[in-house]
Amino acid sequence: MAVTELQSKSNLATVVNNFCMTVCTVNGSGSVTANNIIYRALFQMGIPVSGKNIFPSNIMGMATWFVIRVNDEGFTGRVPYDDIVVAMNPSTLLYETSFLPEGGVIFYADHIMIPEGHRKDLIYYPMPIKELMKTVDVPRNLVSYMENMLYVGIVSQVLGIELSELRRAVDHQFAKRVAVAESNFDIIKIGYEWAQANIEKRDRFVVERRPSKGNLIMTDGNTAAGIGSLFGGLQFCSWYPITPATSMVEAAIAKVGELRKDPVTGKTTCVILQVEDELAAAGAALGAGWAGLRSMTSTSGPGICLMAENIGLAYFTETPMVIWNVQRVGPSTGLPTRTAQGDLSFMYNIGHGDVNHVILMPGTVNECFEFAWKALDLAEHYQTPIFVLSDLDLGMNTWVTEKFEYPNTPIDRGKLIWEEELEKIEDWGRYKDIDGDGIPYRTVMGNQSPKSAYFTRGTGHDVYGNYNEDPKNWSDMLHRIEKKLNGAIEKLPKPVVIKGNNAKIGIIGMGSTDDAIKEAQAILAKQGIETDYMRIRALPSSSEVNAFINDHDRNYVLELNRDGQLNEILMLEHSKLSEKLISLTDIGGLPMTAVWAVENILAAEEDYA
Amino acid sequence: MPSTVEKKVERNLIGLSPSDYAGKKSTLCPGCGHNAISNVIQAAVYELGLAPEQVVKISGIGCSSKSPNYFLNRSFGFNGLHGRMPTLVTGACFADYKIEILGISGDGDSASIGLSHFKHIIRRNVPMLYIIENNGVYALTKGQFSATSDQGLVLKHQGENLLPPLDLCMEALISGAAFVARAFSGDVKQMKEIFKAAISQEGTAVVDVISPCVTFNNRAEAMQSYTWGRANQTPLQEIKHFNTKEEIEEGVEEFEPGTYKEVELQDGSYLLLRKLDKDHDPSDKAAALDILTESYKKKYFATGLIYFSEVPPTIQERYDLPDEPLNRIGIERLRPTPAMLESINQDFGI
Repeated sequence: MAVTELQSKSNLATVVNNFCMTVCTVNGSGSVTANNIIYRALFQMGIPVSGKNIFPSNIMGMATWFVIRVNDEGFTGRVPYDDIVVAMNPSTLLYETSFLPEGGVIFYADHIMIPEGHRKDLIYYPMPIKELMKTVDVPRNLVSYMENMLYVGIVSQVLGIELSELRRAVDHQFAKRVAVAESNFDIIKIGYEWAQANIEKRDRFVVERRPSKGNLIMTDGNTAAGIGSLFGGLQFCSWYPITPATSMVEAAIAKVGELRKDPVTGKTTCVILQVEDELAAAGAALGAGWAGLRSMTSTSGPGICLMAENIGLAYFTETPMVIWNVQRVGPSTGLPTRTAQGDLSFMYNIGHGDVNHVILMPGTVNECFEFAWKALDLAEHYQTPIFVLSDLDLGMNTWVTEKFEYPNTPIDRGKLIWEEELEKIEDWGRYKDIDGDGIPYRTVMGNQSPKSAYFTRGTGHDVYGNYNEDPKNWSDMLHRIEKKLNGAIEKLPKPVVIKGNNAKIGIIGMGSTDDAIKEAQAILAKQGIETDYMRIRALPSSSEVNAFINDHDRNYVLELNRDGQLNEILMLEHSKLSEKLISLTDIGGLPMTAVWAVENILAAEEDYA
Repeated sequence: MPSTVEKKVERNLIGLSPSDYAGKKSTLCPGCGHNAISNVIQAAVYELGLAPEQVVKISGIGCSSKSPNYFLNRSFGFNGLHGRMPTLVTGACFADYKIEILGISGDGDSASIGLSHFKHIIRRNVPMLYIIENNGVYALTKGQFSATSDQGLVLKHQGENLLPPLDLCMEALISGAAFVARAFSGDVKQMKEIFKAAISQEGTAVVDVISPCVTFNNRAEAMQSYTWGRANQTPLQEIKHFNTKEEIEEGVEEFEPGTYKEVELQDGSYLLLRKLDKDHDPSDKAAALDILTESYKKKYFATGLIYFSEVPPTIQERYDLPDEPLNRIGIERLRPTPAMLESINQDFGI
């Protein structure tokens, strides 16, 4: 194919640090490694950037996409179009070009055939991948991996990503495996030098180095949560593999030996145990929490379903434990490798009978770290299961985030007492509200005082733990638990509010949609529509949430599910203000975009014009 | 030596009296096999000289799982979910590995709803005495077949049981248990010796106790009835547990010299096994499976130590944990240092 025929005469002005590039490959070919090198090199150049891996529920052979967005203003949420496509997968190339506007750029492996006359408004850069591979000596089983390193070199050269930063990114990627780093970088360099010699730049997208902000790091939410839990004094974690939660425990496994070596004995102070199913994962975390260990489990929606009975037991026996739900798309097996915020309603009241839970909702990778240690404190303080609601986008994708901050409060073990403290309490009962805050004092196994033991049961019990079916006792017990958790509400992470200029309109969101909503807020402001944005970080919702809703004429509640679950909860908790709440929902398995948010808010605003 | 026996009943090795091991009054049916088990657990722990504070009782749901309330008041107890007792034990066992865990379950718990947990806790070799109070019937829901009910059993509202039973001793053996025994609520003497040995054992020790339900499954012909059990019980050996070598000297008088085998347990206590009619070698796993197969086929009721072997590492031993209880470790030892976090930040940073 004659490349010149496909050229677009691009006379548009150069665009600096502002594009969305999608790399289309076949899954199982090692492309994530290649894409992470580009992603990290951009990060090292101080450029605001995000990377999202959109992948199939499959090990090898299906189409997979990696989306890199660069934006000088710092808006790095997903966008529903591409500026640049890198096509390594013949089966999806033509489909990919449909996301490119006029002037869009396509790098493609030149063995992929493009029909004559296809999209003449695009700029094509054929890459002689197979030819270049002939010039290097690569073991057959590594060919597809190394082919990916070629596009890293070629694309980077054309966009202006510095070779020295690619080098550093490769070294970071392969850590101590020096020889592997070397051979990968060699291939990148071949691609880079080939592009230098053979490609005449015809597109308008370039990157430029920016002053580096020293306070930024790059990692994923699951890694942050795994490490954050270890800093929270986690002592026991039981789990069962499930996408997209698995990498959280794997991150903890990788670090537990180093981080949790007991300074006194040199032994390990944290047990991580894979068990037979999620019933066992919840049961073992509950058993450990009951026995006085700081415990957690991590799973996704289907696992939460299996944990339901144990969660009810933990709630009613007032046993601390932390449960992470890294949400995927349900119902049922759903879309296991896509993202959603659809488990909120289910988790909020999970368990039969009168049950309500505390949920923390991190919206950044940094908050995944922070809420991981905080959740362990809250669980022991309030003697109840604490949920942390993440999602696949936040948990599995790598983000640029602020550095982790060392916990600013000491580990809180709540009212866990041993022999001496027990001796001081007259007429102790496990469920007796001595302080009037609804939180009783708790003893655990191993306590050698003959007065310390009690019988824990999921059946009706009195303040001493004895079996009891008396109506008043039952009612008192449930109301005391209610009081205990009501006391937690104002102690939970407060919402984060970004104010507009005298805004009458509120936007409410939670979790990983933060980027998209912040960008939407800016776009709306440019169009003359001022908004205030509140990101809720915990439920039950606090007085600040109530004030925010009240302070605005109307509030758009944006979330990634069908039914508007956060909106429903807010309508119940702030029922007098329910007319001020408007639900906008997006459910397709992909992260929210600012474009979607703006379009939907504008459409709804027409009613008030 | 009746005087010494009487003295022992007063105070045990650590100076506690039997009342220190008492539980609440049982609310199970009079004559329930489970009450016998509760009494025997109490006596066994007493005779071993274990403080009640050194014991934890964890159970599932059902008549059997109510029973931990009826012994060892001074021990922590947890009456959890149906079939999930082993999962609670799995988490709790790491808190303080010097605590002896008694897991109490029924045939509904361990043979049906929690069969996978039963097998997996054995696979993990969590140190505990795992008791199944096996009556072959769902009694708390008033008389349905369980997975250990015999084929052909007839129950009032159920008709005839069409399916063959699971044998939990066999399941335990196949899952890798190093201590597998069967006892009978109608033979408390043998049961007590088995319990004492099982508690002395490291790792998961499984005891399937055939424990008749006098209300729903005690017809003379039923495999889990008192009548059938008494008529068909075939002890595989005479069994006696001794806390120390010295005790053997006194107690062995009952046993003729040369007729018994002496086995030292991990905690330094001893088990004496005297051969009876059946020539069963409890250290032979294949023989153990054979005897279970044969006893079901030939309709006799083999009780005693079915299998006993060297213990593989316990789950705690597979982790490099401190000697002191993990649940007492101070908070200052649980949080990594700021320098460690800084190093992570640097690694993830530019």
